[in-house]
Amino acid sequence: MAIFELPGWTALAPAVLLAATALALFVIDSISPTTTNRGLLAGTATAGSLAALGVAVWFVLAGVGTPTIDGGRGVIDVLDNQFVVDQLALFFMIVITVVTALVTVASYDYMEDHAYQAEYYSLVLLAATGMATMAAANSLVTIFIALELSSLPSYALVAILKDNRGSVEGGLKYFLIGALSSAIFLYGISLVYGATGHLQLETIADVIGNGDANDYGGLLGLGILMLIGGFAYKTASVPFHFWAPEAYEGAPAPISAFLSSASKAAGFVIAFRVFTEAFPVAQTASVIGVDWTVAFIVLAVVTMTLGNFAAATQENVKRMLAYSSIGHAGYALIGLAGISADGGALVMGAAMMHLLVYGFMNTGAFLFVALAEYWGVGRTFEDYNGLARQAPVACFALGICLFSLAGIPPLGGFWSKYFLYTSALDAGLLVVAVALVVNSALSLYYYSRLIKAVWIEDPIAERDSLSQPIGLYAALVVAAVMTVALLPMFGPVADTAVNAATAVLT
Amino acid sequence: MMIEALIAVALLGALVTFVAPNRIAGKLAFAISLIPTALALWLFSAFDGSGNALLDGELAFSSNVEWIQFGDYTISWFVGLDGISLPLVVMTTILVTLAIVSSWTPIDERESQFYGLLLFIEANLIGVFAALDFFVWFIFWEAVLIPMYLLIGIWGGPRRKYAAIKFFVYTNVASLVMFGAFIALVLGLGDEVTSFALPEIADAMVNGGGVQTALFGVDPGTLTAIVFVAMFLGFAVKVPVVPFHTWLPDAHVEAPTPASVLLAGVLLKMGTYALLRFNFTMFPEQVEAYAVPIAAIAVISVIYGALLALAQTDLKRIVAYSSVSSMGYVILGLIAYTEFGVSGATFQMVSHGLISGLMFMAVGVIYNVTHTRMVTDMSGLADRMPVAAGVLVAGAFGYMGLPLMSGFYGEFTIFFGAFGSELLAYSQVFTALAMFGIVIVAGYLLFALQRTVFGPYHLETDYEIGRAALHDIAPMFVLLGLIILLGVAPELIFEMMKDAVTPILETGGGL
Repeated sequence: MAIFELPGWTALAPAVLLAATALALFVIDSISPTTTNRGLLAGTATAGSLAALGVAVWFVLAGVGTPTIDGGRGVIDVLDNQFVVDQLALFFMIVITVVTALVTVASYDYMEDHAYQAEYYSLVLLAATGMATMAAANSLVTIFIALELSSLPSYALVAILKDNRGSVEGGLKYFLIGALSSAIFLYGISLVYGATGHLQLETIADVIGNGDANDYGGLLGLGILMLIGGFAYKTASVPFHFWAPEAYEGAPAPISAFLSSASKAAGFVIAFRVFTEAFPVAQTASVIGVDWTVAFIVLAVVTMTLGNFAAATQENVKRMLAYSSIGHAGYALIGLAGISADGGALVMGAAMMHLLVYGFMNTGAFLFVALAEYWGVGRTFEDYNGLARQAPVACFALGICLFSLAGIPPLGGFWSKYFLYTSALDAGLLVVAVALVVNSALSLYYYSRLIKAVWIEDPIAERDSLSQPIGLYAALVVAAVMTVALLPMFGPVADTAVNAATAVLT
Repeated sequence: MMIEALIAVALLGALVTFVAPNRIAGKLAFAISLIPTALALWLFSAFDGSGNALLDGELAFSSNVEWIQFGDYTISWFVGLDGISLPLVVMTTILVTLAIVSSWTPIDERESQFYGLLLFIEANLIGVFAALDFFVWFIFWEAVLIPMYLLIGIWGGPRRKYAAIKFFVYTNVASLVMFGAFIALVLGLGDEVTSFALPEIADAMVNGGGVQTALFGVDPGTLTAIVFVAMFLGFAVKVPVVPFHTWLPDAHVEAPTPASVLLAGVLLKMGTYALLRFNFTMFPEQVEAYAVPIAAIAVISVIYGALLALAQTDLKRIVAYSSVSSMGYVILGLIAYTEFGVSGATFQMVSHGLISGLMFMAVGVIYNVTHTRMVTDMSGLADRMPVAAGVLVAGAFGYMGLPLMSGFYGEFTIFFGAFGSELLAYSQVFTALAMFGIVIVAGYLLFALQRTVFGPYHLETDYEIGRAALHDIAPMFVLLGLIILLGVAPELIFEMMKDAVTPILETGGGL
C-alpha cells in the first residue's frame, strides 16, 4: 500500500494533519484578521481532526502495528525510534482525534460571541497535535516535548474567557501546577538518564535488564517516582489532581471536555508506554528494590475513592463532573496496577477500552454542560431541574452518557468497567476490584441525581423556551449515539486493545 | 431471527414514539405495539421447541453469534425460546399493548416520552425472557430498571420521587449482588466453561462436577453455597419475598396505572423466572439443602403479604400486597421441585401476570373516575359504574382461585405438587399453611369489595362520576377473556411448560 513508499515520518500523519490544520487556521485568520467566519474556522478544525481520525482508523485497518507474522505491517519506527507508530499509538490517536472533532463542532455555538475564535481553534488543534505526538513518542525527550506541546495551549485555552474570573483563576492554577509538575517530571527524566545513560525507552530497559544500572537503584527509583508525579498531573490523578476541579469549572465547557477526555487519555498513553517499555516490572524491581505496580495500586484505589466521594458532595454540576473525571482516572490506573511479571495485557487492554468509551461518554456529559451554559440556565443541580420538558433529546443524550459513566448495562461504560473488574480479579487484585465495584455503585448516586434533576424534578423558575444550537446538539447526540453504537463493535475494539497491550508488554 | 425482529420492532417503535408529537403518541404506540403482539402470537403457534433451554433442549427461534472475546471467555448474542419463556414473552407483548390503551385516559403530559418508555420496556422484557447468554440477559435485565424508574418518577403520584429512587436502589443493589455472585461462579468453574452461555454453565454445574477450584481462598463447596444464597437474595428482592418487599407497595402506589400493570404483571415475574432459570436449574444440590428455609420464606410471604393486604385501606395497596402473597405461591411451587409444583409455579407466573394486570387496570379506571382509591371514601360503586365494578369483582375472584379461571389452576397445581414433594421436608405442613393464605386472600378481597362496590351509593368527593370510556374497559375484557381461557383450557400453555420443566427435575432427581 502507498503509505510504505513514502518517507517514514508520514506514519505520523494523524499528528501531522492536526498540526497542519492548526497552521491553516492561522493562515485563514491572517488573510482577514478583522472579520470572523465562525463556520469556516470550526469547519476547518473539524475537518482536520476528522481527517486525522480517518487516517488513524485506516492505519489500524491496514494492519500498521500488527505483527507481520499475523499478516500485519509491523510497527513503524520514526526518527531512529524516537517515535513509534504501533497499535497503542493509533488506538489513542483515535481517542484524541474523536474528542477533538466533537469539541470543535460543539465550540461552533459555544464560542459564538467570544473574541479570539481563530486562536481558540488553532490552540485546540495544537494541543491535539501534542497529544497525538504523546501517543507515538518513544523516548523521554520526545515525550517531554510532546507533553509541553499539549500543555501550553491548554493553559491558554482554560483562561481564554479573559473577562471571566473563574476562567482566569482556573488557567492560572492549571499553569502553576503544570509548571511545577513539568519541573518534577523533567528532573525525573534527568535522574533516569543519570542512572541508565539513555533516554530512548527500549535502551533504558536494556540497561536495566543487563544490570548496568544496579549501582544506581536509589537514583532510578527516585526518578521513576518523579515520572509518576508527571503522569499523575496529566491524568488528573492523586496526588496532582487538585488543579482539575478549578480548571474544569473555570474553562469553557468544551475545553473541560477536551482536557478531561483527550488530555487524560494522552497522559495515560505515555504512562502505559514508559512503564511497559522502559521499566519492565521484574527487572526494575530487582534494581530499585520495589515493585512499581504497588505505587499504581495505591494511586488507583486512592484516586477513584477520592474522586467519587468528592463528586458526591458537589452542588455544582461541572465540579461534580470534574471530580467524577478524577474518579475515572482511578479506574484507568488499574491498567498499570495490574501489570505483573507474567503479563497483564488484559488489564491494560481493559483500561484502554475504558479510556475510549470515556472519550465519548464524558465528552457528552461536559457538552451538555456546555449546552446549559449556552442557554444560561445556571450551574447547580437545582438550576438544571426540569430541562427535559424543554429539551428532551439533549436530556436523553445526557441520560445515556451519565448512565454509561455510572456503568449501567448495556452501555459502553458497563463493558469497560466489567472488563477492568474481571481482569483485575484475574491479576489477583481483589482489593482493587472491590474498590472499583464499590466506587461504581457510589457514583450512581451523583450521576442519577443529575438525571433526576433534568427528568423528574420541576423547574425552580420559569424559563424561556430554549434554543437548539445545531453544533452543540450534533456533538452531544453523536457522543451519546457512539456510547451505544460501540456495543456491537466491542468485539474488534477489545481485540485491538488487548493486542496493542500485548505488543508493548512483550 | 424472529426474536431479534420482535425486539427491534419494539426498540424502533420506542424511538419513533419518543420523537412523535404528544397528540398522536398514544395511538401511534398502540399501533406499533400490535406488531410485536402479532409476532409473539405467531411464534406461539409456530413453536417447535422441546425440553429445557438450559438442559440440552430443542430451542425454538434461536440464534447464536459470537460478540466479544475477552481473555478466556466469549460473550455471544445468544437468544432462543423454550416452553418456559415463550408463554412469558406472549404475555409481555399482550400486557404492554393493553397497558398502552389503558394509559390513554390517565396520562396527559409528556405523552410521547411516556409511550416511548413503555415500548422500550417491552423490548427489554422480551430480551430478558429470550436471552440465553448471561451478559445478554443481564443487559436486558438492568435496562428494564431505567425506564421503570422514569415512569414512576415522572408520571407517578405525590411521593413519586421517593418511590422511584427506592425502587431503583433496592433492585439495583440486588442486581449487583447477583452479578458479583454469578461472575464468582464462572471464575470458580475455571476451565470447565469458556463462554457465558447459560446452557454451557448449567451443563458444567449439573453434569460436570460443578465448582472444582478454590477462589480467593474459599473452598468450592462454600463458594457454591455462597453463590446460591447471593443469587437467591438478588432475585428475591425482585420477586419480592418478605422481608425484601418494602419497595413494592411504594412503587405500586405511586406508579401510574400502566406502569403498575407492567410492574406487577411482568417485572415481578423476572424475579421468579430468573430463580427458576438460575437457582433451581443450576444448583440442584443447594436447592435440596436449602429447601426448608426457602419454603419458610415462601409461606411467610403468602401469609404476611395477605395479612398486610388485609390491613390496607387504599385499593391499590391491597392489590400490591396481594402480589407479595401470590408470588409466595410461586416460590412454594418452585421449591417443591416436583413436576406439578414447578410447572404450576410457571403457570402461576403467567396467570398472576394477567390477573394482577386486570386488577390494577380496574383500580385505575375507578381512580380515573372517582379520583380516590381509599376504600373508606366510596361505597356502592356498582350502582354508577356497573361494568368496571363487575370487572373488579371478576378479577378478585380470579385472585381467590375461582375454578375455571386461571388462578385456580395455577394454585391448585402448586398445592398438588407441593403436598407430595419428596425433596421438601414437612411439605404437607407448608402446603397447609399456604392454603390457609387463600382464606385470608378471600377475606381481604371480599371485605374490600363489600365496602367499595356493594352497598348504597356514596362517594366522599365533589366529583360527578360517569361511566368509563370504552378504551378503558376494553383492555380489561381482553384480560378477563384470557384468564377464563387459561382457566378452561390450561393445557394451551401447561403442556409446553411441563415439557420444559421435566429435564430440570430429572437432573435434580426430584420427580
